[in-house]
Amino acid sequence: MFLTRYFSEIAEAVGSLLKGMRMTGYYFTHHKEIITQQYPDNRATLVLPERFRGEVVMTHTENNEHRCTGCTACELACPNGTIKVVTKFEVNAEGKKKKAVDKFVYLLELCTMCNLCIEACPTDAIRMAQTFEHSVYDRSQLTRILNKPDSKLQEGVE
Amino acid sequence: MWNLAQLTDLIHGWLYETFPPAWALAFEMIIVGIAVIGLFAGLGLVLVLMERKVSAFMQIRLGPNRVGPKGLMQSLADTLKLLVKEGMTPDGVDRFLFNLAPFVAMIAAMLLMAPIAFAKDFQIWDLNIGVLYVTAISSLNVIAILMAGWSSNNKYSLLGAMRSGAQIVSYELSAGLSILTVVVLTGSLQISDIVTAQSNGWWIFKGHIPVIIAFVIYMIAVTAETNRAPFDMAEAESELTGGFHTEYSGMKFALFFLAEYINVFIVCAIGATLFLGGWMPLHIGEWTAFNGIMDWIPSSVWFFGKTFFLIFLMMWFRWTFPRLRIDQLLNLEWRYLLPIGMVNILLVTVIAILKWHF
Repeated sequence: MFLTRYFSEIAEAVGSLLKGMRMTGYYFTHHKEIITQQYPDNRATLVLPERFRGEVVMTHTENNEHRCTGCTACELACPNGTIKVVTKFEVNAEGKKKKAVDKFVYLLELCTMCNLCIEACPTDAIRMAQTFEHSVYDRSQLTRILNKPDSKLQEGVE
Repeated sequence: MWNLAQLTDLIHGWLYETFPPAWALAFEMIIVGIAVIGLFAGLGLVLVLMERKVSAFMQIRLGPNRVGPKGLMQSLADTLKLLVKEGMTPDGVDRFLFNLAPFVAMIAAMLLMAPIAFAKDFQIWDLNIGVLYVTAISSLNVIAILMAGWSSNNKYSLLGAMRSGAQIVSYELSAGLSILTVVVLTGSLQISDIVTAQSNGWWIFKGHIPVIIAFVIYMIAVTAETNRAPFDMAEAESELTGGFHTEYSGMKFALFFLAEYINVFIVCAIGATLFLGGWMPLHIGEWTAFNGIMDWIPSSVWFFGKTFFLIFLMMWFRWTFPRLRIDQLLNLEWRYLLPIGMVNILLVTVIAILKWHF
C-alpha cells in the first residue's frame, strides 16, 4: 500500500516534469514563436494592438471643426484631474449666448490612460490615439491644449 | 589522425631532451596550468553565452543580440565590465576570509580538472583513484560557499551559505551512490579504465535499467550540488537577494560566477565519462561500417559533444522547473533519491555478479 503510493507519486512527478520539459523544448526548437519586438529597429512596421491607448486627442475635421461642446463631462469623469475644460460664451447668429469650449487643457503627465473620459463624452469629441513616444525635455511640454486654434464646433452637434 | 596524444608526446620529448628532468617537469606544470586557465576562461565565456541564449529561446525571447554578430561578443563585454569594476570589500566583513573565499571556490574547481580525460590519451593526471578524487574534491566547494557566507557579515549571505551547506552535504550521497554503480560494473576507480571498459558500448546501454536509474539520480544530484535552479536555494534571488555572494562585486563576484559554470562543466564531464563513455565513439555491435565512421570523428569532439549535451540538459532543467522549498529539497533527497539509490546499488551488484549486463 505504502509502496504503491510511493511509486505512483514518483511516476506522476516524473511525468509532469517531462511535460514541462516538452513545452520548453518545443519553444527551444521553434524559433518562430519568439514574441520579442525589436522596438526601435521596427518602428516603421510596428503594429500596435487595436485597443492600445497612448494619449487623448481631439478629432478635427478638415474644416478645422471639432465636436466638443464644452460640457465638461470628461473633466468630471477623470479620476485624477488630467483634463481642464475652460469654457467661454459665444454669441451665435441668432443673437443667443451659448457655452462653447475655449481651451481643452490636457495634462499628459497625470493621465493614466484609463479611457473614462472617452466613455463619458456624449458627442465623441475625444478619442485615444496610439502614439506612445511621449518623452520630452521639459514637463511643461506635457501640458497640451487639444482644440486647435480657431477651431469651431461642428454644425449640428449639441 | 587527430591525435592530441602525439602533440603532448612531442612536447614532452622535446622538453626532456633540452632541459634537465626537474626543469622539464616544472615547464610541463606551467604549460598545463596555463592550458587549464585558458580552458577556464574559454568555458566561462562560452557557457555564459550558451546559458543566456538557451534560456532566451526557451522563454520565447531573443537573448543577447546586440554586441557582435548575433550577440556572440556579449560575454566578452560582460567580462570587460566586471574587470574594470571596483572589487569592494565592505566594512565589517572578515577581510581575510572574504577575499580568500572566491579563490578557494576557483581552486576547488581547478583541482577537479586533473583526472578528466579530454580525449584519447589526453589527461592531466590519470591517478588510480580518479573517481574518488573527484567526489572528494567536489565537496571542498561547500567550504568556499560557507566561507563567503560567514565572512560577509550579512544575514542573507549566511542563510544562503547554510542552505547551500545542507544541500550539498545531502545530495553528495546520492551522487556518490550513482557514481558507485559504474564503479561496481567497471571494477576500477581509474578514469582511463572506466572509459576503456566502455569501448564496446557505453555503460548507459550496457548496464541497462540500474545504470539508467543511476544516471537520472546523478543528473538530479549534481544539479543540486552545483546550486543551479531548480535547486538554487543558495542564491534564491527572490528570497536572499544574491545568497552567499550578495556582498561580492567586480572580479571577486566573477570568480564565483565562473566557478559555478566550471563546476557545471566538470560534473557534466564526469557524467559523460561514467555513463556516456567519455571520449569513446558510439559503437553499435557488429556494424563495422557505422563504427568506422564513428571512429573517424575525433575523440575530443565526442567528449565535448557529450559534455555539452549534458550541460544543455541541466540548462533545460533550469529554465523549466520552479525552485524547490528547502523542506521539499531535503524530502526529495532523503525520501526518494537516497533510498532508490541504495536499492539501485544492490541491484547493480547482483547484475555485476551474475553478469547480466552486456
